[in-house]
Amino acid sequence: MELLVASAIGILTAGGIYLMLRLRTFPVILGISLLTYAVNVFLFASGRLSVGAPPILRDGVEVYTDPLPQALVLTAIVISFGMTAVVVMIALGAYLGSDDDHVDDAIDEPSTGTGDAT
Amino acid sequence: MTHWIIAPVVLPALLSPFIVLAARYHIGIQRVFSVAGVLALISVAAGLAWQASDGTITLYQLGDWAAPFGIVLVADRLSTLMVLLTAVLALFVLLYAIGSEWDNRGRHFHALFQFQLMGIMGAFLTGDLFNLFVFFEVLLIASYGLMIHSGGNARLRAGVQYVLFNLLGSTLFLFALGAIYAEAGTLNMADLAQRVRLIDGAETVGIRLAAVLLLLVFAIKAAVLPLHFWLPSSYAEAPAPVAALFAIMTKVGAYAIIRVYTMIFSPDLDVTAGLHTTWLMPAALASLAIGMIGVLAARHLDRLVAFAVIGSMGMVMVAISLFTPTSITAALYYTVHSTLAAAALFLIVDLVRTGRADLNLIAQPVVPGAALTSALFFLAAIAMAGLPPLSGFVGKLLVLDAAFSTSAAAWIWTVVLSSSLICVVGFSRAGSTLFWKAKSMPVTEEAAESPAATPAPATLSYVAVGGLLALLVAHTVFAGPATAYMADISDQLFNPEPYIETVLDTPGKLSTPKEGY
Repeated sequence: MELLVASAIGILTAGGIYLMLRLRTFPVILGISLLTYAVNVFLFASGRLSVGAPPILRDGVEVYTDPLPQALVLTAIVISFGMTAVVVMIALGAYLGSDDDHVDDAIDEPSTGTGDAT
Repeated sequence: MTHWIIAPVVLPALLSPFIVLAARYHIGIQRVFSVAGVLALISVAAGLAWQASDGTITLYQLGDWAAPFGIVLVADRLSTLMVLLTAVLALFVLLYAIGSEWDNRGRHFHALFQFQLMGIMGAFLTGDLFNLFVFFEVLLIASYGLMIHSGGNARLRAGVQYVLFNLLGSTLFLFALGAIYAEAGTLNMADLAQRVRLIDGAETVGIRLAAVLLLLVFAIKAAVLPLHFWLPSSYAEAPAPVAALFAIMTKVGAYAIIRVYTMIFSPDLDVTAGLHTTWLMPAALASLAIGMIGVLAARHLDRLVAFAVIGSMGMVMVAISLFTPTSITAALYYTVHSTLAAAALFLIVDLVRTGRADLNLIAQPVVPGAALTSALFFLAAIAMAGLPPLSGFVGKLLVLDAAFSTSAAAWIWTVVLSSSLICVVGFSRAGSTLFWKAKSMPVTEEAAESPAATPAPATLSYVAVGGLLALLVAHTVFAGPATAYMADISDQLFNPEPYIETVLDTPGKLSTPKEGY
């Protein structure tokens, strides 16, 4: 199971970074989402992996799983969900405004000045 | 237990929804409440700073849960100083936003402003790493809204870059936190400071990785080379009052580095030896150099100031990266100076923009109010470049003095002094082009026909900038007491036992962790 979870995190991260480097809004946002999935699984695994163990005290149970990472993951999921929604809206605005979905700086277009020479 | 510590977080958190819900369509009421909130914040922050000034460390347990289980807020000298600095900065920024009508060019400026303050205050006060992450997100999500306030294509594009870069930073932060939790089993700073000392010397891979990841996250926030790329376009495109408020955001990164890397991963810790103590210095020197070269190379005034911010952050980081009590003293003094100077410069850039089509560094005819603006620019540029008599000079002297007896002294002296020269040249060039050459430019016909088309900036704007510069002057005049207090702060930082005791030795505390955990 450790191998499965570890390789899942690795593949998600690799895919996320690849998509981030595409420098177009949509792939970059997908890449960020993949990265946040990877980090969520990573956080979940940081309390050690155990199957079928309850996180909350209960009568007659010997093995518990660590409840704290689950709380951390919940917070992280909520925050990353909200952030993704925000970035989608801003990116949509930027795309509709300038008809260009590149994330990087455009090559210094002379639209702002009447000539740069002093 | 006193509840005052949570006031800087709760006050803006309550004020912000009130402004959105109750005063939505009344900019006047929004302004009154926003200013009143910030004034209240200043008095609370001053009270907290006064309480902490004699070395008292006050603890606030959220929900009354004891430390390693619950989240705590801790007010010591460093946190309260930063909280006070933020509150004072916020007042002048807010006055400028009102005076220049920036708050009326889009919606919800005041609500977002208060949320931003809540995030910054929380980040300074929290004693828990995961809570620090949450407050980072609060201040970031408010800053996304502020950054694209009043819209515009260039601003939206810069906003996308800013948001994406920070999302990546947040993801890295979570990876670092996960790694720390997996290795040490806690995220409370005081608890962590004890536990990293118990980690077996042979199994340090995880914690070293986590320490470096965490440093990367804070370096993104502090715009240390090579993680500074987000800063120039974001700060240049952001509305002026927002950019001025952002001057404190880079300091949040510097604060986090000071806090975490003096208390948890302290320089004498064997487990993380040779990481940040070795590698932060070259990066800091490089960002100082690149920032000042950028000042010289910039073709727009707003970019020039953004690069000056990178340079001054480089200076702060150089001082931090020595990790000695005297260098942290210098770093703190310079942090206060650089926050005020950068904020003043961003506001002055906006004053310069009044009556000009753009901020290209080319001479244009004189506009109304240029004389006063140029005088303010002159003062702020002197402060930023670190020329006497203003506080930049004192701060630079302190940094040089702290570096004098270290092995890297030659490097630091060379880079600091030569970058100062470059910075002076860059600012003089910009100032003389914008203000001196303007007199020799012919006034165009349409401008001559309608001189009232571009009114001079409002008096309140000048009051705000003047207030910031007055604070800089005060920071210079009272440099003696200020440095003495900074020395007290760094003394408290390098002796973290009282902090750890205050946080952990409470009723319901965890038993001492066993050796070799």
